[in-house]
Amino acid sequence: MQPNVPLFPEQASSVAAHVDNFYLFLVLITTFFSLLIALLILFFIIKYRKTPERQAVQIHGSTLLEIVWTVIPLGISMVMFVWGAVLYYHLQRPPAGAMEIYAVGKQWMWKFQHPGGQREINALHVPTGRPIRVTLISQDVIHDLFVPAFRVKMDVLPNRYTYVWFTPTQVGTYHLFCSQYCGTNHSGMVGEVTVMKPQDYAEWLASGKAEGSLASQGEKLFQEFGCITCHRPDSGARGPNLQGLYGRPVRLTDNRVVIADDNYIRESILQPNAKIVNGFQPIMPTFQGVISEEGLIQITEYLKHLGEQESQPLNNRTTPTQLRDTEVPSIQQELEKQPGNKPAQQPGKKP
Amino acid sequence: MSTSQSTTTEHHPALVHQFDDMAQQREASTFGMWVFLLTEIMMFGAMFAAYLIYRIMYYPAFVAGSTSISVAWGFTNTLVLLGSSFTMAMAVWSAQKGIRKQQMVWLVLTMILGSVFLGVKAKEYYDKYDECHIPGHFIGKGFNAWGGCEVNNPKLGNIAEEIQARARNAQAKGYKDVVVPSDVAAEQTARQAEIFFSFYFALTGLHAFHMCIGLGLLTWLLIRAAHGQFGPQYYTPMELGGLYWHFVDIVWIFLFPLLYLISRHSGAH
Amino acid sequence: MSTAVITRKPVMPEKHYLNDNYGIRSWLLTKDHKRIAVLYLVSISFFFLIGGFYASMIRLQLLTPTAELFQPDTYNKLFTMHGVNMVFFFLIPSIPATIGNFLIPLMVGAKDLAFPKINLLSWYLYMAGGCFSLAALFSGGVDTGWTFYTPLSSGFVHTPVVILVFGVLLAGFSSIFTGLNFIVTVHRMRAPGLTWGRLPLFVWSNYAAALIMILGTPVVAITLSLMILERGFHIGIFDPKLGGDPVLFQHMFWFYSHPAVYIMILPGMGVISELVPCFSRKRVFGYTFVAFSSIAIAVFGFVVWAHHMFVAGISLYSALVFSLLSFAVAIPSAVKIFNWTATMYKGSVSLETPMLYALAFMGLFTIGGLTGLFLASLGLDVHIHDTYFVVAHFHYVMVGGMVTAYMGGLHFWWPKITGRMYPEGAAKLSALIVFIGFNLTFFPQFILGYLGMPRRYAAYPPEFQVFNVLSSAGASILAVGFILPAIYFLWSLKYGEVAGDNPWKATGLEWTTTSPPPTHNFHETPVVTTGPYHYGVDEEVPVVH
Repeated sequence: MQPNVPLFPEQASSVAAHVDNFYLFLVLITTFFSLLIALLILFFIIKYRKTPERQAVQIHGSTLLEIVWTVIPLGISMVMFVWGAVLYYHLQRPPAGAMEIYAVGKQWMWKFQHPGGQREINALHVPTGRPIRVTLISQDVIHDLFVPAFRVKMDVLPNRYTYVWFTPTQVGTYHLFCSQYCGTNHSGMVGEVTVMKPQDYAEWLASGKAEGSLASQGEKLFQEFGCITCHRPDSGARGPNLQGLYGRPVRLTDNRVVIADDNYIRESILQPNAKIVNGFQPIMPTFQGVISEEGLIQITEYLKHLGEQESQPLNNRTTPTQLRDTEVPSIQQELEKQPGNKPAQQPGKKP
Repeated sequence: MSTSQSTTTEHHPALVHQFDDMAQQREASTFGMWVFLLTEIMMFGAMFAAYLIYRIMYYPAFVAGSTSISVAWGFTNTLVLLGSSFTMAMAVWSAQKGIRKQQMVWLVLTMILGSVFLGVKAKEYYDKYDECHIPGHFIGKGFNAWGGCEVNNPKLGNIAEEIQARARNAQAKGYKDVVVPSDVAAEQTARQAEIFFSFYFALTGLHAFHMCIGLGLLTWLLIRAAHGQFGPQYYTPMELGGLYWHFVDIVWIFLFPLLYLISRHSGAH
Repeated sequence: MSTAVITRKPVMPEKHYLNDNYGIRSWLLTKDHKRIAVLYLVSISFFFLIGGFYASMIRLQLLTPTAELFQPDTYNKLFTMHGVNMVFFFLIPSIPATIGNFLIPLMVGAKDLAFPKINLLSWYLYMAGGCFSLAALFSGGVDTGWTFYTPLSSGFVHTPVVILVFGVLLAGFSSIFTGLNFIVTVHRMRAPGLTWGRLPLFVWSNYAAALIMILGTPVVAITLSLMILERGFHIGIFDPKLGGDPVLFQHMFWFYSHPAVYIMILPGMGVISELVPCFSRKRVFGYTFVAFSSIAIAVFGFVVWAHHMFVAGISLYSALVFSLLSFAVAIPSAVKIFNWTATMYKGSVSLETPMLYALAFMGLFTIGGLTGLFLASLGLDVHIHDTYFVVAHFHYVMVGGMVTAYMGGLHFWWPKITGRMYPEGAAKLSALIVFIGFNLTFFPQFILGYLGMPRRYAAYPPEFQVFNVLSSAGASILAVGFILPAIYFLWSLKYGEVAGDNPWKATGLEWTTTSPPPTHNFHETPVVTTGPYHYGVDEEVPVVH
């Protein structure tokens, strides 16, 4: 093979080598069985070719053989299943403290926002050696963020956040594709991921033109839209206090407990009455079509910071949004019992 | 053209060439009808499944939407259809007996009841039209401010009011944690009722479409019955028409509670 | 008709279904399953040609990385129309509606299918659907992808989606009616003595496919109808802005469209189960296991749909369950491959064209099936999902598997259908060309996919060009391999050697009647006294009257 015709994409993330190993294992199994069948066929058509002297020997079958060639492939495929499932589990669970980046997909471009407020279009800069969680949302149709060098891919949905995470390991520039067909210019919805050494990345961040961090932009929106008039930290507020809310369990009027994660916050802004916090009136107007996806991300980022900055003790129950710290363990047990509930996601930290 | 080798039964005029005898023909046709009904079950089943998924997602809106359709008319229609199933069964019975007059009477009765059902359905549809509950953009007074309904669709108000009334009712019954939503909140919920109405029209529309096909089938059976084609030897078409009619009836027996009843209990939970 | 006439030079029967009646009416209003099969054969060949034309345009475009031939918009229409045409108007009806339609009554010893009129209706529905798909083409073409994913299809594209989907719905109902006919015929119209355990495996696998047709197709009909309502009236069912869930569409779509791939491949497997024993002169190895594996595939096929959605935002746990079940559905297919291979053991193997295709099927389907395991493996699917790896995988199954089986079956039963043999030399040559062309076309796509080239790209980064050029070169060879049979089949209609009743000395009721069969299939109702694949007693056919 010529060096410029590779058979594998570059391995530029921590999982790439694992995925490649698994792939090679499957290639090996496939080659083995394909060769087995091909060679058996070849052998049989030569050895048992039709001749006038020989008659075919009639064999009805063999239950033992049937069991053997049911059980062995089943066993091998279970190995594949477990191996693949372990990898997938790893790919689905971003480690705590991953660096956060936000991506908005639209026909036909990618818009990225770094927590510091730096924006990129069809390009993404990331440092090596740190897990990075990209929060994905689409403004229109379904897209899919795909970075072959990282071996990761995730659909970008129009109605809720999805996530993809990776730890870049190798400095370089890699392809970024949209791999869910999204209309006319689908093949133009591509970009580049630039992986940099951490200090280069820090320099790049500093050189970027940012109108303040995402959180501060979110704060601005928070005031602009008048959220602050109801969501105040005093006891007379009409809306729940949002300080320290992010990532915490919240009890609703119907006694359900949900985690205040990105999707919860997004829903609460767009469909405020879908989940009403216990002790509050459903009076909030909807902001559907008023705040852009980027704006929603900024507000979410602001709310994350609201928790961090103040870090006031949660057992000071200023509003019913927050539960006493002593309540939290029992609620978490309750959550674990509910199927389909993700455990609390850690709020991201600033890079 | 038939070259049937069958010698077991005399050659009935209704025996088609691919079957050996009337018994095989009848068995095959009946079996075919059941297989077809299986297909129909999957067709309605797919929509039931989608309906139930959204009902879980938007429960309050579905409750309010469900309350806004008339249970009285729905119940009337249930009785009408059950009655028509009875008359249809009688038509099959009289075909088996070979009584020409009776077959025709029962068939006509069935058709009348079927038409009554469709008439009531049309009335219900018109009420929905009048209340601006037609989902979508294009038909007359839709949810989304087309035709006679304004941008903020004041007629959505009755769903919103229903949502509030329900909460008040629940409070009165002692559910202390129930909150009566504000006007603005109730209207947000009411907007989600559009999906309920989408399913209401899709499901009942598909059902009504089946009823129309059924009426066509009955007309064809009526003509054949008038010609005295059915008797103890041969009544398969009548039997299959009956099977189809009963199936459409049973679909309604599922639709009626699903759309009109199960969300209607008092209390807000 | 227990005749052994092979020693004399065979002559055409005096009266058969082809010369029973002449004129356009006698064809367009026929209720004879054999004539309907021929109608289907002609019409699906036409749609295969059209689909193939789209495919060749796609491969031409991808010769260069920079979209020099077509605008992306045109390219998107090409692959959408290619997908829709090939899936709904070629692959799904291919074997069942042609070979199956022709053979199932013959194989079960019936005079016709249970409902000949419905059979004819199904052809008309198919043709109407096909006309709608052509109408969609002539009104500009559709660019949603054959999967019609919402909200793209329901709210964003401005092409005649409604026309195309209506065509697909009609084809769907045609498929339901074919399935219904098969099920009733197999249940109720078997010849005396033809127990379930004596049914040819071709019948078993078509029966399994028919089960999927009647149970799955209505679901996709409803799904697509809801999508059309959404598109026409914005009713909100799949529109996230109005509270709908676009991912629900994917669930409902794949609930049918995954089992649909088994509608495509099961009848192909049935063909292979006929060919391998015949050209090995041996009973099929493990009849019961091959028969029940078809049913197992049909059943398991219904519970694996979400493996198309591992990166669509479904929960971790449902991904695990669907991955596990997807591995389970691979096992019955493996069992079949092993049984066919074992059938050749100690046989008396000859390599006529149908057998060449059968062997090609076994090789290519093994690769196609095993690469399916790559996609069922969760961690790996994340990387290769929606890349050319998927494209290569399903073309290995659909073209390498299904089309190969279809070609094999067509060659095998051509003498039964027309009464004449095809030219063996040309046929062997074209089988070889298909095999080489196919592998050259699609093998490089596995590598492309792992490299990360996404599907449905009109233009691509230049480093992918080498493999794309290889693939396009292969496609041109493959095209030759498909055009050749069209020519020599037509040639053989007039100049082919007269075949005789049973040129392959095969077992099965279809070989006991004349070639071509009389309009009512058998001069006397056959009575079956032996099991299937009664090979080894070459001079006798297993039917005694």
